[in-house]
Amino acid sequence: MSWAQLFFYVFAILAVIMALMVITRRKAVHSAIFLILAFICFAATYVIMNAELLAAIQVLVYAGGVVGLIIFVIMLVGAEEGEVKQTHGQWLIAGFVALLLVVEVAFILLGTLFRPTGALASKMVPAGGNTEALGVVLYTKYLFPFEVASVLLLAAMIGAIVLAKYKLKR
Amino acid sequence: MGQELVIAIIKMIVVFALALLVVAYLTYLERKIIGHMQLRLGPMRVGPHGLLQPIADGLKLFVKEDIVPREADKWTYYFAPVFDLVCALVLLAVIPFSYHFMVTRLNIGVLYILSIASVGSIAILLAGWASGSKYPILGGLRSAAQMFSYEIFLGFSIIGVLMISGSLDLVKIVEAQSRVWNIVYQPVAFVIYIIAALGELKRIPFDLPEAENELVAGHHTEYSGFKFAYFFLAEYAHMIIISCMAVILFLGGWKGPVLPGIVWFLIKICAFFYFFIWVRGTFPRYRYDQFMAIGWKIMLPVVLANIVATGVVMRLV
Repeated sequence: MSWAQLFFYVFAILAVIMALMVITRRKAVHSAIFLILAFICFAATYVIMNAELLAAIQVLVYAGGVVGLIIFVIMLVGAEEGEVKQTHGQWLIAGFVALLLVVEVAFILLGTLFRPTGALASKMVPAGGNTEALGVVLYTKYLFPFEVASVLLLAAMIGAIVLAKYKLKR
Repeated sequence: MGQELVIAIIKMIVVFALALLVVAYLTYLERKIIGHMQLRLGPMRVGPHGLLQPIADGLKLFVKEDIVPREADKWTYYFAPVFDLVCALVLLAVIPFSYHFMVTRLNIGVLYILSIASVGSIAILLAGWASGSKYPILGGLRSAAQMFSYEIFLGFSIIGVLMISGSLDLVKIVEAQSRVWNIVYQPVAFVIYIIAALGELKRIPFDLPEAENELVAGHHTEYSGFKFAYFFLAEYAHMIIISCMAVILFLGGWKGPVLPGIVWFLIKICAFFYFFIWVRGTFPRYRYDQFMAIGWKIMLPVVLANIVATGVVMRLV
């Protein structure tokens, strides 16, 4: 086993443990902390697979931004008070969705586990690193979806501002 | 393989030990310079001209009683300072002090620093929440809001430089400045970077999360002993990182005539240290609403215009 493989398994196992901690903690803030650690472990596995840009974005957007906002919300709403019990009876729907996910993951695993498919990220990118490769593809081949996503985000941003202003006026 | 690993570990130890030493003496420098600016002498008692003062301070913090408030959330209370310091120190891993002396070379060095720094600001938020009292949580929320928004301006002010050098690799960015430093091409971005850096570092004039008259000491009000020292060290480590980034991005890194690269690098970051302390000795604190207005209403449009202007000029030239 090479070093890369060894570190991959270490971080993969750590990520799974952290993810389990996220869903088993009683306090919402503790879950959020473990979520950060889980994201950092994911980023480490990306680095091992030579996807440095993806790793940096993972940490910047998810561990830094998204979890930051989650903690903000937890603090302002005060969800950390006592135990949070599920009361709205969505067990059935949640179970169904989880089952679908398990089936999907199983299909993907069965399809790829025992034979190497696709190309490794490291072989796809030129020597300059995958930032450049991603940028070129994003601004040529996938320009239209990229612009659509930008407009969508802009609309969401304006929507949030409008909602906040509406509340302020009342 | 084994030899490489040993060399890497030695490099890490050297860089982190030096960083901690520099951090300790930065506090000395700060007290001394501020003292002289205010016609005082600063620390004088411990050692000649107070030179052993940082060590005495460290020892004092080490042996102080470690108090955990009754209302505190214990795990988070212990986790936050450690996380803050770790996030500050791991940033040193990608800083190229000279062409040959760096822990590791990453082809996304700039992004690495920005992303880890953004995670570090969560530690402050957690510290405020975990203390379980009012002033820390207000200070924590305030500093988080401040750091999240000023990170945006910091990131945007760097984009112009990245466009010129065409890389996220810190070594390549320095190499691209062999003839002309980026500060010549990007003076506006440099000014914005410095202002955003002051906001990001939570230093006067933007030290609102620790405004004594409003919030006692902000997120570390309840922290004592060595856990307080962790926050303290992290803050000064951030100051080193921000100075290093400024030197690498705008002032040509280790480039300079006659002297070896690492000496030039140290001279340049020392100039930044002095500048940050000088600013602290000169300006009063801004009000919170003024601070946010400066950021969102002035700096953001200016920095966006700077990116557009850089793009247009690069297209034409």
